[in-house]
Amino acid sequence: MGRYVIRRLLQMIPVFFGATLLIFLMVNVMGDPIAGLCGDKQCDPATAAQLEKEFGLDKPVWQQYLTYMGNVFTGDFGTAFNGQKVTELMAAAFPVTIRLTIVAILFEIVIGISLGVVTGLRRGRPIDTTVLLLTLVVISVPTFVTGLLLQLLLGVEWGIIKPAVSTEATFSELIVPGLVLASVSLAYVTRLTRTSIAENRRADYVRTAIAKGLPRRRVIVRHLLRNSLIPVVTFIGTDVGALMGGAIVTERIFNIHGVGYQLYQGIVRQNTQTVVGFVTVLVLVFLAANLIVDLLYAVLDPRIRYA
Amino acid sequence: MRGATHAKWAVCAVAVALAATACGGGGGSGGSGGDGSGVVRSSWGDPQNPLEPANTNEVQGGKVMDMLFRGLKRYNSKTGAAEDMLADKIETTDSINFKITVKDGWTFSNGEKVTAQSFVDAWNYGANLKNNQKNAYFFGQIDGYDKVHPDSGTPSATNLSGLKVTGPLTFSVKLNQKFSLWPDTLGYAAFAPLPKAFFDNHSAWVSKPIGNGPYTIDNYTKGSQMSLRKWDAYPGTDKAQNGGVDLKVYTDNNTAYTDLTAGNLDLVDDVPASQLKNVNADLSGRYINTPAGIIQTLAFPFYDPAWNKADSDKVRKGLSMAINRKQITETIFQKTRTPATDWTSPVLGKDGGFQDGLCGDSCDYNPTEAKKLVQEGGGIPGGQVKIGYNADTGSHKEWVDAVCNSINNALGNDKACVGLPTGTFADFRNKITQKKMTGPFRAGWQMDYPLIQNFLQPLYYTNASSNDGKWSNKEFDKLVDQANAESDRAKAVKIFQQAEGVVRDNMAAIPLWYQNGSAGYSDKVSNVALNPFSVPVYNEIKVK
Repeated sequence: MGRYVIRRLLQMIPVFFGATLLIFLMVNVMGDPIAGLCGDKQCDPATAAQLEKEFGLDKPVWQQYLTYMGNVFTGDFGTAFNGQKVTELMAAAFPVTIRLTIVAILFEIVIGISLGVVTGLRRGRPIDTTVLLLTLVVISVPTFVTGLLLQLLLGVEWGIIKPAVSTEATFSELIVPGLVLASVSLAYVTRLTRTSIAENRRADYVRTAIAKGLPRRRVIVRHLLRNSLIPVVTFIGTDVGALMGGAIVTERIFNIHGVGYQLYQGIVRQNTQTVVGFVTVLVLVFLAANLIVDLLYAVLDPRIRYA
Repeated sequence: MRGATHAKWAVCAVAVALAATACGGGGGSGGSGGDGSGVVRSSWGDPQNPLEPANTNEVQGGKVMDMLFRGLKRYNSKTGAAEDMLADKIETTDSINFKITVKDGWTFSNGEKVTAQSFVDAWNYGANLKNNQKNAYFFGQIDGYDKVHPDSGTPSATNLSGLKVTGPLTFSVKLNQKFSLWPDTLGYAAFAPLPKAFFDNHSAWVSKPIGNGPYTIDNYTKGSQMSLRKWDAYPGTDKAQNGGVDLKVYTDNNTAYTDLTAGNLDLVDDVPASQLKNVNADLSGRYINTPAGIIQTLAFPFYDPAWNKADSDKVRKGLSMAINRKQITETIFQKTRTPATDWTSPVLGKDGGFQDGLCGDSCDYNPTEAKKLVQEGGGIPGGQVKIGYNADTGSHKEWVDAVCNSINNALGNDKACVGLPTGTFADFRNKITQKKMTGPFRAGWQMDYPLIQNFLQPLYYTNASSNDGKWSNKEFDKLVDQANAESDRAKAVKIFQQAEGVVRDNMAAIPLWYQNGSAGYSDKVSNVALNPFSVPVYNEIKVK
């Protein structure tokens, strides 16, 4: 187990460098960031040159990348164009997005898995058909439609929530945005759980458990659910990273100043330091989440052993 | 158990949501009853640059500068005329040497007196290349600028030789060329005075700027909110008529608008285009749509020989006549743009140099004449006009497509015009500065100060800073020089208009439309207006 973890951690290194290099190159292709910094007017050449020097943009890209990575290992993610340290931006944005992600994941786990179990056990019954139809609707409606609709109904028409989340972005304010963010994944979790449960329900070990006379609840939770969760956990694990990075739409709609918003600003303003910094952290989150998922397999199904 | 979990969760969620709204309700505007202590809650965008007067060149940072600083001059919020603010006297006999006397009794909000030194220090700082100030070129007319801000290399001086402090409240300015209207430029934020605290502890100042305007900063969380409060000891006559302004950063102007309609916000100064149709129903008339000092044009790459032939002006005029400005401004912009008939802006007023109809026939939609002129001019270079624009902001695609549609219809050729998008604004600017444009491209100009000079010289003078098309015309240059040297204001404006005539005769750029500022406000505030720069006049807003 320990050796497996170490091997996985070592494998992350090339992935990490490859991903950051790709992002670095992609941001650099978008054009000269200084040209956009001066608005519709042209920067005077001397100031532009001075700014390029300050942000290290006058050097070749490979050199910029090396310097950048060197700094990253000392915890220096550079400076955004508005003079703020990127680490400062991260300190402000990540807690908000993490809270939003927690809310979304909770929705996925609690509602998604419960619905999946219910429908998986009652395949073909009216409740199964209803939930299947509902998840189909949720999957096919784009997030921004759900978001704007809920914002308009709950926020403006009925006044139950505030349409825009405040600076503090507390858990209670994030419930509706979290639900919107979770909606599509939630539907997938439901369907995955349903299929998995329905499949395993006929498995020998379940029959054995029932034959042994175990209480129904124990059969479902300890035997059936635990084995059926493997694909679901895989999905939720990768979803953690996807939710954090992909919250741009939800964050824009509900005025949440999280990672998505900072990334969007960084891209619009061509701020290499912000974009690469945030993406670097997101890559790390992705990798960590994947590792945790793989380790969870062993917990869920002891048959899976790691060398 | 499963059902129970589900139900319990739903109940919890609703309960918490309700509790959240209960706590959250009614926040914001503190005082009521119109005693002037209420706080205006206004939408804001995250400023692009650190908040320093000489480094702020966009609207969002400009809003703060306007509340925080008062300079020698201030532009009248209705007429745009430059009026004395901190300036007691600005005297000149030769339009080159200016003697400036600062009014007595002004202080910064930290108690420091505003003196002649406060201005000279601030201007020297702004001009110095080492400080990377994006508005440094505003000091370009002052003698010695080339020493502190050379085109390349390091500065050989730290102070502008043209600035001299001659007394506690007096200083003199020597320009490097005649510029009679120069005092009128002094209302621009870059010319604001700075307190010693700015130089002593720069990082502390930037995180919480101190100025001499009607507001002080109470609290500033970068990227999310700035709370400005009325400064009770403000010595000026334009005191704040509300208790303060909370500027809230929104991720999207649609969300800000939704918050306004839900009653959580008092002022939105950027009504999203998609909401313009509903704005009157949503806000029952609390909507402002007034001209601002912004004009949109199509510039041409004069460095491309195909666009700079002897008869090319006929092609340009023909294209101009092929654009149905009225229809586009009405259908696409819902009348938030006005068809342009000259190269300035209506906010200048007649005395300031705006001349309605100066463009003449060339700006009227006339498909038959358009077709004829384009043919006489030798046809469109390469057989197709490609209008360049950036696709990432400002929904430029829609109007570019409409303009092309109009041109195609007028010329009776489906392929006469297409849009040529560039992914990002930065890349678009990149192509322009590297002279890579091959056809007309979108060019917008937002005035720095309400002077006809500002609409002409930076855009069309040979090698001027924003002459993106690299147009060059000796006669135009001569007239601009002449106008700048003219000490009589009315005469100077006349000569500038003659210069504008040269722009028209050559159709150096096709004027499209003047842009309006648009704002919506809640029923909790009154006396809301936009100044000619399309920035809300915050200090005059009253909270009910």
